[in-house]
Amino acid sequence: MAKHKTPLLDQLETGPWPSFVTDIKREAESRAKNEKGVEYQIPQDVCEDILGLLELSFKHGRTHWKHGGIVGVFGYGGGVIGRYCDQPEMFKGVAHFHTLRVNQPAGKFYKTEFLKQLCDLWDMRGSGITNMHGSTGDIILLGTTTPQLEEIFYELTHKYNQDLGGSGSNLRTPSDCIGQARCEYACYDTQALCHDLTNSYQDELHRPAFPYKFKFKLDGCPNCCVASIARADMSFIGTWRDDIGIDQEAVKAYVGGEIQPNAGAHAGRDWGPFDIKKEVINLCPTECMKYKDGKLFINNKECTRCMHCINVMPRALRIGNDRGLSILVGAKAPILDGAQMGSLLVPFIKAEEPYDEIKEVIEKIWDWWMEEGKNRERLGELIKRQGFQKLLEATEIKPMPQHVQEPRSNPYIFWKEEEVEGGFKRDVNEFRKHHQR
Amino acid sequence: MAFISSGYDPKQPMKDRITDIGPRHFEEFYPPVIKKNKGKWLYHEILEPGVLVHVSETGDKVFTVRAGGARLMSVSHIREICDIADKHCGGHVRFTTRNNIEFMVDSKDKVEPLKKDLLSRKQSGGCYKFPVGGTGAGITNIVHTQGWLHCHTPATDASGPVKAAMDVLFEDFTSMRLPAHLRVSLACCLNMCGAVHCSDIAILGYHRKPPMLDHEYLDKMCEIPLAIAACPTAAIKPAKVDLPDGRKVNSVAVNNSRCMFCGNCYTMCPAMPLQDDVGDGIVLMVGGKVSNRISAPKFSKVVVAFIPNEPPRWPKTTEAIKQIVEAYAKDARKYERLGEWAERIGWERFFDKCELEFTHHLIDDFRDPAYFTWRQTTNFKF
Ligand code: HEM
Ligand code: HEM
Ligand code: SF4
Ligand code: SF4
Ligand code: SF4
Ligand code: SF4
Repeated sequence: MAKHKTPLLDQLETGPWPSFVTDIKREAESRAKNEKGVEYQIPQDVCEDILGLLELSFKHGRTHWKHGGIVGVFGYGGGVIGRYCDQPEMFKGVAHFHTLRVNQPAGKFYKTEFLKQLCDLWDMRGSGITNMHGSTGDIILLGTTTPQLEEIFYELTHKYNQDLGGSGSNLRTPSDCIGQARCEYACYDTQALCHDLTNSYQDELHRPAFPYKFKFKLDGCPNCCVASIARADMSFIGTWRDDIGIDQEAVKAYVGGEIQPNAGAHAGRDWGPFDIKKEVINLCPTECMKYKDGKLFINNKECTRCMHCINVMPRALRIGNDRGLSILVGAKAPILDGAQMGSLLVPFIKAEEPYDEIKEVIEKIWDWWMEEGKNRERLGELIKRQGFQKLLEATEIKPMPQHVQEPRSNPYIFWKEEEVEGGFKRDVNEFRKHHQR
Repeated sequence: MAFISSGYDPKQPMKDRITDIGPRHFEEFYPPVIKKNKGKWLYHEILEPGVLVHVSETGDKVFTVRAGGARLMSVSHIREICDIADKHCGGHVRFTTRNNIEFMVDSKDKVEPLKKDLLSRKQSGGCYKFPVGGTGAGITNIVHTQGWLHCHTPATDASGPVKAAMDVLFEDFTSMRLPAHLRVSLACCLNMCGAVHCSDIAILGYHRKPPMLDHEYLDKMCEIPLAIAACPTAAIKPAKVDLPDGRKVNSVAVNNSRCMFCGNCYTMCPAMPLQDDVGDGIVLMVGGKVSNRISAPKFSKVVVAFIPNEPPRWPKTTEAIKQIVEAYAKDARKYERLGEWAERIGWERFFDKCELEFTHHLIDDFRDPAYFTWRQTTNFKF
């Protein structure tokens, strides 16, 4: 017998898509029965109460979580998000319901052994409810009480060799696409760089010292499967500098219809026979491709590596061999000053261990942002406020046409005194000798 | 409920303390076929919706079956995922950025039994536990945020509307009939933890009423200068307020006509709540993308300025989404993303074809960016 009636939530228990309501109810039942004899460290009926509270929100059309509540583990400023309910008498089980962000392994591959350990931990010391995964990338353990926080951290670090992620005004847990682990488009090892940056910057991850949050996201190619270009203060996007590899035999096989275009991504509908002119040559945004006498030619110098032709014919075309990544900076969601897309800062940089060159760019940017950034000002907003030139100065990167979509259309150029011959100081009396008042 | 210590001693918090060790190393978790062939993948194919094969230059193959997940997962559900991975995949499993679950096997004969197993598992109400799909020119799992289940600022729920939307879009999760990938995301407030500002279709929770002012507590709960500084439109100023009992307190006043309901003040000051049952609801945005394929990444644009929250199933929201998806499926060219289609046919046609009403709320009036979105040409369509 359920503790709270949930007529509204119950309506989410049908339809084909997995129902979180059914899932939480199942967990509630499992905790009530407690067949394994777990010594629950937070209220056993926490899952009933979370459902009851959510039902109340469905009824009121409003959240029932209080704002704020600073909790954490000793020595860390990030990794735990405090949460208190605004109806604690009605729902005692979720009066405190803090969240832990657990740093996910790069690429989100798991051995079940590890996942089961986390489940045991969260069964006993938490609500048994998780997010796999939170939007930032972490494993999110939803809902525990203050006295359990240190215990959970202790178990994580001592038993499972595993650390918390970031929250607050610090480096957020970096996350990456599957990359070379299973994608032929990956121009560098996203997991290796993600792991290296995560470990190199543990201090920045756990002890907030920044004006606001800072995100690294890593995509192996311009397809941007983790949306790095849109949601990271620094996006690392794989690319190459030489030529796209062509296997002319495979091109023939695509043209002849023996291989499905786009790896079969369009198989759900009859789009007619593959037409290389229409689907590849004419869609190439730089018009740098040609198909003649049964052969495909690419004028690689003009190619902007948009990935379209490679996506359409993955068996015939291959990313180049001189591989590295581009760094874009300043993407963010609308708060406060409107959404920003990442802007290209470093067109190409090699991604080889120990990644010193990349870290040099990161650290110069942090120095500048920590010096100049206002409280709660994201990097993108600082760049907008002070100008891209300031970013170039801070990073000691030479301006180049790749930095702009087009040159400026207003001629209101801020020349600096040292850039103008003889400086700004002049003698007005000397001037007046030749120009009457 | 006896307290069980993990070994941690609160009297000596630094004793044996281990910190800053970072996450487990990814290589520990790679399935053997991945470890062996990493960086050597030659090509991939989508064999059927939800099933991928990647072929290595060594000749090895890895078959991936992708199953949808509700992101919000209980440990019982995760244990079931583990059981499946133990049974079919040598104890390995992975999650995708969009909260799908990927089961990988190293030979083709293992695919069918795996798929069958996944699809045979149903929840008590009849929902699939592990629907297979989410590949290619279709709709994959909706990335989303916390909503009423766990956040203090939402203007809508997250898991609820996502469940409702995925039920409506389910056929496009299990098939690949669309002109290109179509990504749907949900964020329950403007903070956009769910990063919807660049998705093909974005469901965004939005407040429409300025903050309430809890004058009696405001000065006690908040740093007034921080609340004032938080407002992007400078709508807040300090004020002395007379309480009904005659006391005079320090508080703030909000210029309502300047408020764009972003909730930043509430973030800094809990005594300025703004959530409301009829004020809050959903904004629909479309046409964003992040891939650099063919055209540059784009922001999503607002096409429906407000839909009321309709728990538990948000029918108006899901209906509008369905309308947009169907119009796009019918009209766009192969490889054309939703935003590319809208730009090609023009936004005036987009509103016709999707049968959406254009209102004054859809014309930008926020600072500089607004100007760049007004039309500065006579090349329009009637
Ligand atoms: C005033 C600003 C913000 C506040 C007060 C805020 C607050 C929060 C809170 C309380 C959570 C935890 C939710 C939970 O786990 O219960 C959260 C999660 C998150 N926030 Fe924010 N946030 C803010 C801005 C942003 C922005 C601008 C972004 C980026 C777009 C963002 C991205 C995220 C992400 C990715 C998560 C994780 C959500 C998840 O688990 O899926 N936040 N935020
Ligand atoms: C074998 C590995 C993968 C390949 C070859 C691949 C390929 C692609 C391609 C070709 C695109 C561009 C689509 C377009 O704009 O037309 C794309 C976009 C995308 N991929 Fe992947 N992908 C892979 C893995 C993944 C995974 C595992 C995920 C997460 C579940 C993912 C998520 C996305 C997302 C969200 C986009 C959309 C980006 C946007 O909004 O523009 N991809 N991928
Ligand atoms: S971003 Fe590129 S390399 Fe990474 S998974 Fe997507 S297609 Fe592959
Ligand atoms: S990657 Fe894009 S720009 Fe380059 S040749 Fe292919 S389609 Fe053209
Ligand atoms: S989007 Fe807003 S309401 Fe939703 S989880 Fe993030 S901060 Fe909370
Ligand atoms: S909701 Fe936003 S715009 Fe409105 S008063 Fe608060 S901070 Fe200012």
